[in-house]
Amino acid sequence: MRPDMTVNLAGMKLRNPVMTASGTFGYGEEFAEYVDMESIGAFVTKGLSLKPRAGNPTPRIVETPGGMLNAIGLQNVGIDAFIAKKVPYLRSVNTPAIANFFGNTVDEYAEMARRLDEIPEVAALEVNISCPNVKQGGIVFGTNPDCAASVVAACRAATKKPLIVKLSPNVTDVVVMARACEDAGADALSLINTLTGMAIDLDRRRPVLANITGGFSGPAIKPIALRMVWQVAKAVKVPIIGIGGIMNAVDALEFMLAGATAVQVGTASFINPGAAQKIAGDMEAWLAEHGIADIKSLIGALET
Amino acid sequence: MQFISMILSNVEVSPGYWRMRMTAPPECASARPGQFVMVRVNGAIDPLLRRPFGIFDVGTYTPAQSGAVPQPYLEMLYRVVGKGTAMLSTLHGSDLLDVLGPLGKGFDLGVADEEKLIVGGGVGLAPLYLLAKELVKGSKVRLFAGGRTRDDILCITEFERLGVECYTATEDGSLGECGLVTEALLKRLDRLQGGATIYACGPHGMLNAVAGIAAERRIPCQVSLEGYMACGVGACLGCVAPGHSHSPETPDFRCVCTEGPVFESGELKWGE
Repeated sequence: MRPDMTVNLAGMKLRNPVMTASGTFGYGEEFAEYVDMESIGAFVTKGLSLKPRAGNPTPRIVETPGGMLNAIGLQNVGIDAFIAKKVPYLRSVNTPAIANFFGNTVDEYAEMARRLDEIPEVAALEVNISCPNVKQGGIVFGTNPDCAASVVAACRAATKKPLIVKLSPNVTDVVVMARACEDAGADALSLINTLTGMAIDLDRRRPVLANITGGFSGPAIKPIALRMVWQVAKAVKVPIIGIGGIMNAVDALEFMLAGATAVQVGTASFINPGAAQKIAGDMEAWLAEHGIADIKSLIGALET
Repeated sequence: MQFISMILSNVEVSPGYWRMRMTAPPECASARPGQFVMVRVNGAIDPLLRRPFGIFDVGTYTPAQSGAVPQPYLEMLYRVVGKGTAMLSTLHGSDLLDVLGPLGKGFDLGVADEEKLIVGGGVGLAPLYLLAKELVKGSKVRLFAGGRTRDDILCITEFERLGVECYTATEDGSLGECGLVTEALLKRLDRLQGGATIYACGPHGMLNAVAGIAAERRIPCQVSLEGYMACGVGACLGCVAPGHSHSPETPDFRCVCTEGPVFESGELKWGE
C-alpha cells in the first residue's frame, strides 16, 4: 500500500509536504519543463511588492563551500504584472500557489495582503519579514517582535486566506519572533530565511557581492535551520514549514522529525530544477521501505 | 533538458585552456550557436552550483565497437579559473557529468551574403566556433582573435579549416599584431564595402570597446555575455546585465541566462 503523503497546512490539504521556496522557483512557469507541478505539495512565488523592483547591482551571487550567498534585492515584476502575466499560469496548475510578498511599511504589507486576497488562484500568502538584502522593510520587521507583530496583524486583517510568516534566523531568539507572529494571527510559520553573510576577494581587497553582504543558503545552513525549527516547534501551536539546505529526502524527513509539517526546497532547485519532485518521490519511497503508512506520523516525532 | 553525459575526451589545448568532448542526446544536435550548458562537476556539495559553458561545437562520432552507428556529441572550450573548472580538467574519458541545456537564446545568423566579423577574446572564442560553422554556409566570415599572449589564442586552425579568414592580436606581440584585437577589427572596418554584422564574446572591456565601435559605425553587433548564475533557467536572477536605459532611478536589468546570453549590443548599457 502506498504511504499517505498528505499533510494539512493551515487549512490546506497538500498532496505531499514538499514545497518550493520563494526566490528559487520564479513564478512557477520557469520550471514547468523540469518539474511535474502536480508531483509537489505547493510552490511559492518570488517575493512580490506593490511596485516592480529592479533589485541590486551585480555581482549578486557567489558560491562558498557548501552554500551560496545571494543579494538579489527582491527583484520582482510587481503585483500588477503578476496579476496580468503570471496568474494565468497558476490557473493552469492543479497545485496550490503561495504568493510571497513584502512591503516597505506596515500599510504596504496590508495593501499587498488585500490585493493578493482578491486573486482566486493564490491559495495562501507568505509574508516575507526576513529579507536581509534590502535597506527598508524586510529585515527590519523580521528582527523586532513588536514590528513583526504589527505587520502580521495588519496582514491578518486584510486577508482570509491562510497566512504564513517567513522568519529570519538573524535574531537573538527565534522563538520570541515565532510567538509574536503566532499571537498576531499567523496561521503557519516558515523558517529559516537566509543567514546574513559575506565573501571577500583577497586579491582585490573588495567584497565579492556588490551589496557587500548577502543571504547565505544551501546545505551548509541545514544544522542551524534544524535547530531553529526544533526550538520553534516546541514553542508554538501553528504548523511549521522547515527550510534550510534541504538537498534530498533524508534532509526533508529530518525537518519533519524536528517538528515541521511541510518543507521548502530552495537552493537545491538551482542545482537540479527537478529537485522538489525528486525529493517528494524519494520521501514516499523511504516511507514505503520503512513500513510507515502515514507521513504525518513523523511530524515532531524526534526522540530526545 | 537535463541529461547524463559521458566524457569522450578532455584535452588541454593551450596552457590553462581545455577542450572537452562529451556524449549528448540527439536534441543537442540542434543547439543554436551561442547557447550554453550548465554542468555539474561532481555530485558533492562543493562545488555546489553548476558551471555555465558556451557550446563550442556539436557533431556526431562513431563509437569504436563494430557495427556502431554515429552518436551525437557536444564540445566545450573552457579555461581553468577556479575550483570547479580545476576539477573539470582532472576528469577523463568515460567519466560522467550531469548536464542541463542547451540553454539561452543564441546568435541571430542575420542575412546571407554580407560580411560577418567575429571578435573573440581568450576563452570568449568558446561559443564562436559553432557560430562560424553556421555563418560560413552563406557569408564571408572573418575572425579577430585576441589575448594577452599567444597562449590565449585558441583553436585558430579549426576556424581556418572552416574557411574563416583569421586575424590575431596579442598584447605582448607573441602572436599576430601587437596590441588589442579591436585595432585589427578597426583596420578591416575601414576597408569594408557593403553590409556587415559583428559578433563578439570575451572580456567585458573588449565587449565594451566593440560595442562602441559598432555604435559609432552603425554596424549591427551581437555580444555574448558571461554572468554569475546559480540556475541558468531564469530563477535565481543572479546573472542580470543592465539594459540600455538602466540607471539607479530607472532600473532596467536583463537576465543573461534566459534573455541572453546573446544580446544586440545596443540593448545593453555600456561603461564609459
